[in-house]
Amino acid sequence: MGIEQTAPAPGDSNSNFLLTTLDDVVSWARKNSLWPLTFGTSCCAIEMMMATGASRHDISRFGAEVVRATPRQADLLIVAGTIVKRMAPVLRRLYEQMAEPRYVIATGSCTISGGPFIYHSYTTLRGISDVVPVDVFVPGCPPRPEALFYGILTLQKLIQEEETIGKPGYRRKPVTAALPPNMSIDEIKEEMAKLLEQQAIVKDPLKGDSTEFMRGR
Amino acid sequence: MEKAALLETITALIPNAKVIEEGVDRPAIELPPAHLPEAAKLLHDTDDFAFDMLCAHTAIDRIDDGKFELIYQLYSTKFHHYLMLSVKVDREHPVVPSVSSVWRIAQWHEREVYDLFGVLYDNHPDLRRLFLEDDWQGHPLRKDYRDDFMLTME
Amino acid sequence: MSVKVKTLDDLTLPPPGADSPLSTQEYFINMGPQHPATHGVLRLLLRLDGENVREVIPVLGYIHRGIEKIGENSSYRQTIHLVDRLDYLSALMNNWVVSMVVERAAGIETNDRIEYIRTIMAELQRLQSHTLWWGVIGMDLGAFTPFLYGFRDREYATDIFEETIGARLTMNYIQPGGLMNDIHPNFVKRTKEFLEYLKPKIDEYDELVSGNAIIQKRLVNIGILSAEDAISFGTTGPVLRASGVPYDLRKIEPYGVYGKVEFDVAVGQAGDSWDRYIVRVMEMRESVKIIEQLIDNIPEGDYMTVKVAKAIKPPEGRYYGHLETARGVIGCFIVSDGKDKPYRFHLRTPNFNNLWCLTKIAKGWKIADLVAIASSLDIVIPDIDR
Repeated sequence: MGIEQTAPAPGDSNSNFLLTTLDDVVSWARKNSLWPLTFGTSCCAIEMMMATGASRHDISRFGAEVVRATPRQADLLIVAGTIVKRMAPVLRRLYEQMAEPRYVIATGSCTISGGPFIYHSYTTLRGISDVVPVDVFVPGCPPRPEALFYGILTLQKLIQEEETIGKPGYRRKPVTAALPPNMSIDEIKEEMAKLLEQQAIVKDPLKGDSTEFMRGR
Repeated sequence: MEKAALLETITALIPNAKVIEEGVDRPAIELPPAHLPEAAKLLHDTDDFAFDMLCAHTAIDRIDDGKFELIYQLYSTKFHHYLMLSVKVDREHPVVPSVSSVWRIAQWHEREVYDLFGVLYDNHPDLRRLFLEDDWQGHPLRKDYRDDFMLTME
Repeated sequence: MSVKVKTLDDLTLPPPGADSPLSTQEYFINMGPQHPATHGVLRLLLRLDGENVREVIPVLGYIHRGIEKIGENSSYRQTIHLVDRLDYLSALMNNWVVSMVVERAAGIETNDRIEYIRTIMAELQRLQSHTLWWGVIGMDLGAFTPFLYGFRDREYATDIFEETIGARLTMNYIQPGGLMNDIHPNFVKRTKEFLEYLKPKIDEYDELVSGNAIIQKRLVNIGILSAEDAISFGTTGPVLRASGVPYDLRKIEPYGVYGKVEFDVAVGQAGDSWDRYIVRVMEMRESVKIIEQLIDNIPEGDYMTVKVAKAIKPPEGRYYGHLETARGVIGCFIVSDGKDKPYRFHLRTPNFNNLWCLTKIAKGWKIADLVAIASSLDIVIPDIDR
């Protein structure tokens, strides 16, 4: 009984200063070096190619431009497109082959619910969350590259708070990365800037103080 | 060749062919299944027709009549004319001769129709399911297909 | 007695179809369904003798969504959005073919303005599709730069679509009886700007890739498809035209306003991968020419000729119509029983037939050539599986 009281709760920064800050550094490194696996099955794949490979939407701003063709070198599975019954075991196998910690972003209506193929289709899966655990859903048919980026930012936020060495086995519920209604682009930009500022745990080493780096979030 | 002249020449050459008048938007004939291979060969080889391309092949499930209607859309790259070929087979024993020796693409079209409708093709070199797994139960495009997985809106 | 002197090439480059000088055991290897060079979820089962492809067995169905079954249970207007998702790079043309058949079946008239806009949109989409293909074939041959160039130019066309249609990829724009909405006031201006921008870029494509010695080595005389085979396999579009058959529905049975414009049908000679490449580059120039002739002459009129709320009920019958997409002929076969839903909804898709010829032309080549040949066929997998 006494032991339970004195043992620090995982992630409690006051009682376990060093471990939690290491957590933060690890999470920071993880979230900013996501390596996506190219897994496009249909229309969303084109928008994913637009986002990840093409020149206008520069995904390397978020540290996720190293797109791998093999699951063994990737830790982010972007499921872009419809998954049918025949493809489901393949998807699961690819997920199993990825190194941990691994994350899944499901883009497009088909991966969320079956999308336009929900009724009268004898093969289309109604959402892929039965096959692989999804971290972030990105709605759209297909979602714009910007929506995918919002999904990646959401995932980065989750990674910062999610399973780490301090909190093993901790997993959040999947999140839908949708832009809120009744908002203008400028408001979104402002909020995005604020969000990024809050999350930026590394200040400019020349200007900021080093404690900012250690304290995190 | 004009539509009327084309149909006249075809019926003269293939006596079993019956011209379809209603409900079609291009020259169309109906054939009994037994005469399909020789008619296909004639349509392909005869210089007056030269139907060298099979544009599409599919089936219609006429469940009320107890028939499958097989549709062959033919085209001639030489004369630029079209012909729709219709073959009706019994729904209980759907066996038709394959035309894959005449038009090679028919091999895949027939596999598709077998997969989705369960029409069996005689003399087909490689009759397998095309889209679905080999152990799939039933043929989904039949009107009476039911599936525990499939959601329907009634 | 004479001794024939062999070169290294004789040992390493056996002619296609010949036995390999090194006798090796034949084996099978799976390419796909998740493979970056198959453009989706195509699975090819290869029978190999060393590096040489002896047989290609395509295994389909990894994206078979049952669109025909869904179409049978949707109203005629609802089928439009399904065909967007077949060949998503030719979404507008897919919309158009269904609209065309439904219009003819139900006796719906359109006006000149609608047909002009449809034709311009279709050609813009063809440009957009071909620029993407050009980028991807570069990537498949090992050069990443064309990918960046192609996608950069594609984005301009995407912006034009987005302004008028509101979607970037799955348009759902061409409807039976007209269009979803009228063109944006900026449409004409921006399209002209895009054409002026693209014309030198196509020359740049030629300078960058077409004249490249490595690209030519990888494409010229590789994967030859004879005209006779091409017809028998039912291939259409640039694949068939590269084999020397001038079959282009825009010319043979002009739909839309193609009858009013001057353009040439790009035709190849040998039917190898290079011809398929160059036919598409030539088609880009022709598309620019077509849009230039039309863009200033869009007549006034309504963009929709029927009431959208009214259900379409074509009379009983079998209707087939087709047109030319960026990849070949898409056909739509509708069987109506007089109700508001089609009794049978079948789509003849170009890639289905175009893929089939891969089994023939890839035989005897190396695996690396197989990738180049498949890329020159420009395959979109959901279009095959439907």
